[in-house]
Amino acid sequence: MGASAPDMAILDLGYGNIASIALAFERLGCDPVRTADPATLRSARRVVVPGVGAAGFAMTRIAALGLRDVIPALTQPVLGICLGMQLLFEHSEEDDVAMLGMIPGRVRRIAAAPGRPVPHMGWSQLTLRTPFSGTGVAGLADGDYAYFAHSFACDDGPASIAVTDYGSAIPAVVEHGNVIAAQFHPERSGAVGAAFLTSFLARTSEPMPC
Amino acid sequence: MPAFRIIPCLDVRAGRVVKGVQFANHRDVGDIVEHALYYRDHGADELVFYDITASAERRGIDLAWVERVARVIDIPFAVAGGIATRDAAAAVLDAGADKLSINSPALADPDLIDALARDFGSQCVVLGLDSFRDEDGTYRVKQYTGSEATSRDAGRESIAWAREATERGAGEIVLNCMKRDGMQGGYDCEHIAAVVAAVDVPVIASGGAGKAGHFADAHAAGASGGLAASIFHDRRVAIPDLKQDLAARGIEIRPYDRP
Repeated sequence: MGASAPDMAILDLGYGNIASIALAFERLGCDPVRTADPATLRSARRVVVPGVGAAGFAMTRIAALGLRDVIPALTQPVLGICLGMQLLFEHSEEDDVAMLGMIPGRVRRIAAAPGRPVPHMGWSQLTLRTPFSGTGVAGLADGDYAYFAHSFACDDGPASIAVTDYGSAIPAVVEHGNVIAAQFHPERSGAVGAAFLTSFLARTSEPMPC
Repeated sequence: MPAFRIIPCLDVRAGRVVKGVQFANHRDVGDIVEHALYYRDHGADELVFYDITASAERRGIDLAWVERVARVIDIPFAVAGGIATRDAAAAVLDAGADKLSINSPALADPDLIDALARDFGSQCVVLGLDSFRDEDGTYRVKQYTGSEATSRDAGRESIAWAREATERGAGEIVLNCMKRDGMQGGYDCEHIAAVVAAVDVPVIASGGAGKAGHFADAHAAGASGGLAASIFHDRRVAIPDLKQDLAARGIEIRPYDRP
């Protein structure tokens, strides 16, 4: 790791809104770099996988940039956001595409119902899974409202540490090894989102300050 | 379930916030970022910035103010007005906007909706639908509503257009009932309910809000949120009070913590 290893790298697939995520970290005093360079991603102390748009297009971009095997091999703290969370799972119904496979489970379309439009859009309440309920985790507390905007949802499973109810339990935050990910948009979730991002900044894979 | 959203709409002209009644007679009411921060601090759940001149004069959006807003705001915001191409949409998203609201350009070229949904995802493509009730009772779509001089019948029925646009990939509809806009006599809840029943996506009520009860009516009609401008800008309804009122009626809102 040279002196150029950034504190934080935000994966830049060359499209979509990553500006708002970068700005959110800048508001917290960080200076993230936006990159798709494998060496920079490997050397960064923390990596953020953002994502808007469709799963198929994102996976095509990841493959074209030579990152299909780079991202799953990262060992430092990794944060997935929205589609960036879904990309970490095994497969998505959206475009019927194989994903990065870092977290067990699949991504499926949310079924619309009367009173339950799709996309799931707006501020929904988080429920922390035991053993976190009552104590909090990842800067979050039971009952916090976070901003969601998505039509597909990850399978609920052992990785879920917080869920929100939308007909069934939708994973809102998952954690698996060095990876933590949010279905909601922390960069647009006010003080709740800022607390979550701050908790990510406290995660380390080695005894090294921010 | 998501909380019922309270959404102030800020009309923007030449980088300033302006306000008019029924889309005309605009006056300057202040700086964009100042207004955005004020509403963020007073419990707004989302903001819509509508560039009133970009659409009517068919100019592009000025990205400088979008970037200024994105830098300081930590709640979602949409940009509306004059986004007529995929590249223009990409530039607005790159500047930090969360959603694009498209109206007249989508009527001129409906394939634009498909292209934006495909490349950026339905969740950031909002259809702005200016609907007016015809003499025969049919709701019809109006186009180029940024000024009185350009405003015209788009030649489509509102319900059919709402359906087509969402099938093409629009992920939300802001339904603006034009005869009610700025009149504060209440949202057109019958029309809201009809559009909600016709589509699977969230519908935001717009046009006519004057008091808390009107937001409760929109909620009862199935709207996912209520958008308003003058009642907030003129400080006649404070969002914290509005949210307290709605909560007392048993409507789920995102709690507001007084700073």
